[in-house]
Amino acid sequence: MVETNKPQLDHVTLAVLQNGLNQVCNEMDLAFQRAAFSPVIAEAMDRSDGIYHRDDGALIAQGELGLPIFVGTMQFSTRYVISQAKDLQPGDIYIVNDPYLGGTHLMDVRMAMPFFYQGEIFCWLSNTGHWRDTGGAVPGGFSASATEVEQEGLRLPPVKLYKGGALDEEIQAIILSNIRVAGETIGDIKAQVAALWVGERRLKALLDRYGRDVVEASIDEMRRRAAQQMRASIAHIPDGQYNSVSWVDSDGVVDEPLKINLSIEKREGDLYFDFSNSSPPCKGPMNSVIATTRSSVYLAMKHIFPEVPINAGTFEPLHITDPVGTFLYAEYPRPVSGCAAEVSQRIAEAVFAALVSALPDRLFAAPAGTSGNFALGGMDERHNKPYVMYLFTGGGYGGSLHGDGLSNGCSTIGISTMQPIEVLEQRYPVLFQEFALREGSGGAGQQRGGFGVDYALQIRQGWGRASFVMDHGRYGPQGVLGGSDGAVNRVRVERADGTYIPPHLSKDQDIEVVEGDIIHVSTPGGGGYGDANLREPALIERDIQRGYYSPELADELWGDQK
Amino acid sequence: MGSKIIGCDVGGTFTDLILLDEAAGEVRIAKVPTTPDNQAVGVMAAIDKVGVDCRELSLLLHGTTTTTNALLEKKIAKCGLITTKGFRDVLELGRRTRPNAYGLLGSFEPLISREYRLEVDERMDADGNVVTALDEDGVARAAQSLVEMGCESLVIHFLHAYANDAHEIRAAEIAAEVWPNEHITYGSAILAEFREYERGVAAAVNASIQPVLSRYLARLRDELTTAGYDRDLLVMQGNGGTVSSSIVAQSAINTVMSGPASGVMAAAYTGSRCGFDEIISYDMGGTSSDVGLIRGGIPATSSELQLEYGMPIHVPMVDVHTIGAGGGSIAFINDAGMLQVGPRSAGAVPGPICYGKGGVEPTITDANLVLGRLNPSALLAVDSPVSMEQVRQRLVDAVGAELGLDAEDTAAAILQIGNDRMAGAIRMVSLARGHDPRDFALFAFGGAGPLHATALAAELAIPQVLIPAKPGITNAIGCAVADVRHDYVNTLNQPMADVDMDQVHGILAGQIAAGQRIIANEGVEVEDEVLVHAAEMQFQGQSHMLRIPLDGATPSREEIQAAFEEAYYSRFSLRLPEIRAVLVTLHTAVIGRRGEIALASLMDPSMRAADIAGAKTGSRQVWFPNGGGDSSDGGGWLETPIMARDALPLGAKFPGPAILEQMDTTIIIEPGNEVVVDDVGNLVVHVPAAFRE
Repeated sequence: MVETNKPQLDHVTLAVLQNGLNQVCNEMDLAFQRAAFSPVIAEAMDRSDGIYHRDDGALIAQGELGLPIFVGTMQFSTRYVISQAKDLQPGDIYIVNDPYLGGTHLMDVRMAMPFFYQGEIFCWLSNTGHWRDTGGAVPGGFSASATEVEQEGLRLPPVKLYKGGALDEEIQAIILSNIRVAGETIGDIKAQVAALWVGERRLKALLDRYGRDVVEASIDEMRRRAAQQMRASIAHIPDGQYNSVSWVDSDGVVDEPLKINLSIEKREGDLYFDFSNSSPPCKGPMNSVIATTRSSVYLAMKHIFPEVPINAGTFEPLHITDPVGTFLYAEYPRPVSGCAAEVSQRIAEAVFAALVSALPDRLFAAPAGTSGNFALGGMDERHNKPYVMYLFTGGGYGGSLHGDGLSNGCSTIGISTMQPIEVLEQRYPVLFQEFALREGSGGAGQQRGGFGVDYALQIRQGWGRASFVMDHGRYGPQGVLGGSDGAVNRVRVERADGTYIPPHLSKDQDIEVVEGDIIHVSTPGGGGYGDANLREPALIERDIQRGYYSPELADELWGDQK
Repeated sequence: MGSKIIGCDVGGTFTDLILLDEAAGEVRIAKVPTTPDNQAVGVMAAIDKVGVDCRELSLLLHGTTTTTNALLEKKIAKCGLITTKGFRDVLELGRRTRPNAYGLLGSFEPLISREYRLEVDERMDADGNVVTALDEDGVARAAQSLVEMGCESLVIHFLHAYANDAHEIRAAEIAAEVWPNEHITYGSAILAEFREYERGVAAAVNASIQPVLSRYLARLRDELTTAGYDRDLLVMQGNGGTVSSSIVAQSAINTVMSGPASGVMAAAYTGSRCGFDEIISYDMGGTSSDVGLIRGGIPATSSELQLEYGMPIHVPMVDVHTIGAGGGSIAFINDAGMLQVGPRSAGAVPGPICYGKGGVEPTITDANLVLGRLNPSALLAVDSPVSMEQVRQRLVDAVGAELGLDAEDTAAAILQIGNDRMAGAIRMVSLARGHDPRDFALFAFGGAGPLHATALAAELAIPQVLIPAKPGITNAIGCAVADVRHDYVNTLNQPMADVDMDQVHGILAGQIAAGQRIIANEGVEVEDEVLVHAAEMQFQGQSHMLRIPLDGATPSREEIQAAFEEAYYSRFSLRLPEIRAVLVTLHTAVIGRRGEIALASLMDPSMRAADIAGAKTGSRQVWFPNGGGDSSDGGGWLETPIMARDALPLGAKFPGPAILEQMDTTIIIEPGNEVVVDDVGNLVVHVPAAFRE
């Protein structure tokens, strides 16, 4: 093994600095989340903080509490900021949300701050937070029918929000004049900036203690080591070609499925990802910008190998060819609001499905894989004020060699919790009729999928408009190695004039509802793993006892075993 | 008064007991193995060991892990649930989470299995208005079915019962007619706060451990009665106070996590009597360590703790964070060729290599041994199956060889990386929440806490370490000194500017009255009563809350607003004049203070030497990370004096390096440290920071 300098000091210093840099990011994550106003940041933890290389924005360290989808994206946006930056002073902070410049969707607003040490830029500190609104056609930004990015909200190129430590109130005024809930967003801006300041203080202390050269050398070494660790992990995959397909229901505008066609090649220790045979760019908002496409692959690999630390080295053995000409390589002005929440999860599922035969003990059948975004905007006549309610629900995870899938798990790209029913009913004029485990939804297999959720809510007063950005309405989450698919997502609105089912099944916008109408949603179950005929009969019996499957359905799925 | 008081804490491995005999001015302690199947056997053995006649005892205070263990091992009572129609799966679906951020594996089993969860027609809305009347016959039928299915405990949990508990109370009355025992819990009685999953889990936790706790306490009382003890038995709760065993089972959930709480109580008690009101408590054991925060002499409490994945415990508890690092944390080399320590642990079995119980993976304890920080002759007895040479060889084989390190350098690397991980974890749960380390003292206890405390303090820039007289039985002391305590919470959730201050004062007065009534009914002798009030607040639109201490039960609107703004600024360095403050909940702790315990009596004066030289028992080579003293960066070996801790004279002062040995722990004093023995025998160690802030 090749060693750099003094071996004994090195092992300790390296481990200590790896921990120290992560700690800086974790403290930024904590400060941002606890002080935020946007529930998407504060409760759903839809934010991330990290440290990036001064030259190319390569990821040095990222908080362990950040949202998984940001695993790789922020290095791309930081790189763009660096390439555009000029006249940098200590205390400058850029703000940017342009999706095409290394981003996700407009709601993910990034801030980037050059970190000066002893008069020179040592690195950049950046963070991302999902704002509750950035303007555009619909509150919250998830317009299922947008056909150009301008309809999705305010797009900010990298601009200095802080100059030499002072807020540029004019730029802030432009932002606040173009978004909804501007008042609370001031709180989010301050929380996001304060998190960068926390990082600045902690990183300075680390550099003061260990010295610039030692930290610099350790960063290089950690990057090398992370690449080594990722290569050691993927060494378990035999050389060869691995193919898979996954589907997005539709783009929300044109009712046709979008195909993700993935071919992975393992050769000479590295993995090569090719998406070039996927569908062309789409009219509606299900296009994915390249930063999100890449990040989705990184995120999938991190789900398969959770122990590998995250820095730029981690991604070195993963080569992703730009899928130019597909919907996974969106260019201006393609609408992209669905890329972070939905398309990213289909990309991850394609990675899982491709590699499951090579890594049957590590991988699992497909999870529900949708953020289950339901938005209801309307008029609360009790308080005579408009409201917008969001509900993000989970679904079943796939079965694995280790057991049945989890029920009502969070989306693949998130780590967020759902708001309690009691809180939703306090704040909005709705009454839930049920929030229940969706019986029979887990795909059959030796280990079955976990269960989705059935919920129904009634409009109590006034009127509203319901919008849905979900997926897996056409094809359920894939079963693997002989297992069956999980149940598909379903949306149904009961109105006085009859039942309405969205033509695109999982996506729709501005469905008018009035007092007494009931909205029903059933979220997907996870895919099954392995041959259903090999399932333990006692487990089939237990599942019937618990009412997970009716005796008739169990008979159909596991007939031979009973 | 001439009383004889026992504090007894049952831990995972040992049952610790302390007897305070006021008349004789004497303290006796005992440590016996815990008897997991029936903890009462161990308790009685410990009482036997201190040789006290139970008929002469005036009070017994008891901390038990019975309920915590029952939950973790799922050895719980079979429970049934009656809930609002449409919502029986709330306890199984949770809040849409997964066990780990990365990796989509893992499973979850709710406390009440689905076949025992039944629904009835009833519904309240968020304002507490009845939307659907309670189906009383349905409740009776459901209760009858659950009895027939063999359920021992019953949970009644209705949506929005925190806003209106009428349906829950009525359903409990109806169920009581057919239920064969007392074990009926309704959610709003345990936790009158919104959030249906958390409130439901609290009720389910309570119901599932109630019979377990009742049976255990009945057994212990029988044993005690047979031995002649006929006074009350006080049971330790997770809020750091005690409650009479006669009523504890009603709120069995309050005893969960009481073990860590008693340690923090002892830290607060000891600290404030030696002049330290700002403390981070650090209890290091074999597999994990518990960290607590004490401000102004009062342990921080939280209503947001989680016992394990999917099991939030949202009743007020001492805010103790468990970090996955202890003496048994295993060192290994990962695929990146980097040396890592933990979080995997060798636990008690097989344990560290040096325990000779079959452990083969190097641990922090093994590193301490090789570095001379632990006494080889004490740890490796003559008949040990493992020799020092074998431990050293395993360190090299498992870790050192690949890194090109010999046994000593391997051990040194493990120690430093282990300390670094622990320091980082402590920071995240304490100082990273907006506190300045220089305001604090680190209170170290548990078998391994004093072994690492000075190094950790240096890493964290905490200037002082406080080591109590008997670090190994701190939890038992915590039981002995604990006050009687009851906590109350009510939800307001209104903008501060609109709050009806009469209502605020009314709620606080009501909470005080409720606590006073219970303490009077318990009949425990208290000398003094202390009321601690707090508000949980946030800015409008936020999710997270800050806990704001209130002065008295009649604060003004302006005082509360100002206190919130200051607390927010000190936590986040932010001011938000643009946004309104919201008063979410009001908390009251009613504390019945018991008499003083003289800490001086914890040590036996006859063991004290006349001077420091008299306390010295020998010397050995010990490795220190800053071997040469203050600024030298490399570690090194120093011939280090070994002293008997119990022999140190009061008021003594001396510099490190030194190793202080006592029956229940080993204390490391690093070079550059300065030790002062205070007037009751506690050690205050002054520690320079490992770096400049």
